[in-house]
Formats: sequence, structure tokens, C-alpha cells
Amino acid sequence: MSWVTKTLTSSLGRKLIMAVTGLSLIAFLVVHCAINACIFLNDGGHTFNEAAEFMAHNLFIRISEVGLMAGLLIHIVDGLMLWKSNNEKRPVKYAVVKGEANSTWYSRSMGLLGSLLLIFLVVHLRHFWVVSRFTDVISGGQKTLFQEMVEVFANPIPVVLYVVGCLSLAYHLLHGFQSAFQTMGWNHPKYTPFVKCLGAGFSILIPLIFAAMPIAMHLGWIK
Amino acid sequence: MNLTLKVWRQKNANSEGNFQDYKVAGVSEDMSFLEMFDVLNERLINEGDSPVAFDHDCREGICGMCSMYINGEPHGPNKGVTTCQLHMRSFKDGDTITVEPWRAQAFPIVKDLAVNRSAFDRIISAGGYVSVNTGNAQDANALPIGKDHADEAFAAAACIGCGACVAACKNASAMLFTSAKISQLALLPQGQAERTMRAEKMVAQMDTEGFGACTNTGACEAECPKGISLENIARMNREYYGAVLSSK
Ligand code: SF4
Ligand code: FES
Repeated sequence: MSWVTKTLTSSLGRKLIMAVTGLSLIAFLVVHCAINACIFLNDGGHTFNEAAEFMAHNLFIRISEVGLMAGLLIHIVDGLMLWKSNNEKRPVKYAVVKGEANSTWYSRSMGLLGSLLLIFLVVHLRHFWVVSRFTDVISGGQKTLFQEMVEVFANPIPVVLYVVGCLSLAYHLLHGFQSAFQTMGWNHPKYTPFVKCLGAGFSILIPLIFAAMPIAMHLGWIK
Repeated sequence: MNLTLKVWRQKNANSEGNFQDYKVAGVSEDMSFLEMFDVLNERLINEGDSPVAFDHDCREGICGMCSMYINGEPHGPNKGVTTCQLHMRSFKDGDTITVEPWRAQAFPIVKDLAVNRSAFDRIISAGGYVSVNTGNAQDANALPIGKDHADEAFAAAACIGCGACVAACKNASAMLFTSAKISQLALLPQGQAERTMRAEKMVAQMDTEGFGACTNTGACEAECPKGISLENIARMNREYYGAVLSSK
């Protein structure tokens, strides 16, 4: 085995992969959230459609999209592999576990939260990404992306699903954000409190903004 | 106090284990948890039963032997103590207490509550040492060590190798232990000679032994009787990444 594969398949290396891909997904969330928040201008989706149009045709964005998808896939596959191998490290389980005495429930449930997110993502990507990239519904001018959103969120089922997705995202981030820094070795009495605060703020704010979108559209606040 | 104990009984590593209930009467609240087990064991011996096997040695919180997973927590409900320092006043009359061994693939059960923790010894022998040259010992004061580094190394060296971190971790990860052992040497001038080789070898050994990968839940730090900090795990990560990138 070369030293690169040896490192990346070690317990520390696999964690590093989770941290680096996780942080790049966090960076993506900022962009995604900023663009979608344009709908709150309530200008009939005008600004939002323009931003979406730019994202769809900018070469740099299209190249980053490939990287993003690769990062997402690696994060999912590596996460599932870690979950499986970690689970095998205690073949006989305890009869009584008092997890709440030493850790938060969401830090112990990253696999579950991640799986919920994955289910949400499949539906979400089907709703918007597949429609805008792989059909001519939007590029052909039949509908704008904003109209597509309005249609999807007219139905209460996706709204509920999206809110649950955002809630899973919030808890996933609440642990994942600061955890990524710890894994990369960034733990320092001066900076760690800052990272933790930033992480908590981010984990609440971003999913809150995202969750507000389907709700606001469903209730007709944004048209 | 009168208590009911649900204790894991297992003949040896290969046999199936199960819980057995024992009523223990007349327990003084000043007894340690181990002394309460002594009372039970004395009775079991008198009745011709086999006593519950458990590890212990110093009974003053420094050897790290007394591994018991009590009511869902290693070393029981109190923070910063080992089982031998856990006193029965932490329980109430009539309580039912579940006592299990450390459960981890890398810590096979020897008998009942006693587990084999030699995986830790093998992690240490993989690199948790400093080479000392023969000849006269040099003057200790000739090696300047910053107070903050000395303090941090000392705090890491407080690890008694009890394995509560592994027992508490949902992944049975040994990273708190390994990182404490890496840190106590990486922070001191005496540890520099083998520094890169140490991080690489100890992490590799930790993986070989079958411990899990850390997911930063912090359960280890919360349950560690010696208050070993998660900062050590971050340091181990830095040491390891630095080592694999620079070693030849
Ligand atoms: S780090 Fe703490 S819990 Fe783990 S072996 Fe050392 S003293 Fe025990
Ligand atoms: S018996 Fe030594 S620490 Fe408990």
C-alpha cells in the first residue's frame, strides 16, 4: 500500500476525509443559502431566477459542481463505511447505556441524521437539480426555477419533508462543524470557543433560513 | 443499605455470558463499590459459588485496574473517579445496579468483569517510549522545558490506562488513551528523537488492535477519571498528519 492510501484508510485519515469534505459542503451551503434567500426579496422570483441562471451557466460554478458532487459522495460513502466499522468494534452491546451522561444525542447520531439528510437530498435533488440540469423544463423556458419552487411547495408533503430535512441538517451541523476542526487538529483554548460559537450560530441560522423558504411559499407569503 | 446487583457472569473469553441477579444486604454507605463486591464475593465463596472476577489493585485511584461499567457509565455515575473510589453513598437503598465489563472487540473478556487490556500495552510498545542512551545521566536542569509544556505533558501523563475512554465511546475508540501517551512525550524535549515515528506507529497499532475511529462525541473526556482533555486527540491528529507527510 502506498503511504497515501495507508494514511487515508487509517482511522485518522478517514476522519480527515469526513472533516475536509464536510467543511467544503458547509462552504457550499453558504452559497446555496445566499442565492435562495433572494426569494425573500419577494420580487416574483426575479432576482432569484437571475442568480440561478448565472449559476447554471458560469463555467467556474459548473466545474465546482463536479467537485461538490464528488465531495458529497465521498462524505456519504466514507461516513457509511466508518459507521459500519465503528459499529463492529463493540460486537456485544451494553445492556444499559447512559449516553446522556457524557455526550449529546446528536453527536452520537450522526449516522442517523446523515441518513435522514440523504433521504431528503434524494428528493430535493430530484425536485430541482434534476429538473434544471437534465430536463429542458427550465432551460427550454417552459417555467422558471422560481415557478418550479412555487409548484413543489404548494403541496404540504414536500414542505414537511423539507422542514424535517432542515432540522436534521441543523443537528448534523451542530456536531459536525466544530468536530471538523477538532479532527483537523485545530483545538486551542483561544480559538476553539470561537469555532464552537460560530458553529452553533451557523447550524441554527442556515437551516432556519432554508426551512423558512418552503413554509413561506406554502403559506403564500412569497409569490 | 440493601441492593440488587445485576452482574455479567461469563466463564471465559469463548463462553456465552449472561446477567445474574444478587441481593446484597447490609451495605454500608462508606464502603467503596469494590468493598461491596468483596462482601458479595465472600458470601458466594461461603455458599460454594464462584466469586465474581474483577480487576483491582491499588484501590486508591491510581492503577486503573478497576474496570466496571456501572449503570451505563464506566466507573459509575460520579465524575473524575475510578470504581474503587466510588462510594456506596452515591446509591440509594433498594437500588438495582447493573454491572458490566468494558465491552470492546479489542478488550476480550477474561472472566466476568475482568477484561484483557494488553492491547494498550502493545500500543505503548509500538512507540510510546523514549530511547535513553547509556552513560552518565545528564544534569536534568540542562534541558530547559517551558512551564506550560511541562504542565500539559504532566496532565497528559496522568492517564492511568484504565480504558474507561474506550468503554464509554460508542465506537470503542482508544484515541483519548493513545493521544495522551503521544502527547506526554511529544511535548517534552526528551520525546523529540522518536516523534514522527511514534505518532505513525502508535496510530497504526491502535488500528490493528481493532479500536474504532473517533467521532468527537466527547464521551471519553467526560468519563475519564483523570480528566484527560480532548485537546490531546487534536494534538495526536496534528502529530500524525505531520508525521505521515514528513517521514521518509
Ligand atoms: S485517557 Fe482517561 S479514561 Fe482513557 S485510559 Fe487514560 S485515564 Fe483511562
Ligand atoms: S483499583 Fe487501582 S484505580 Fe481502582
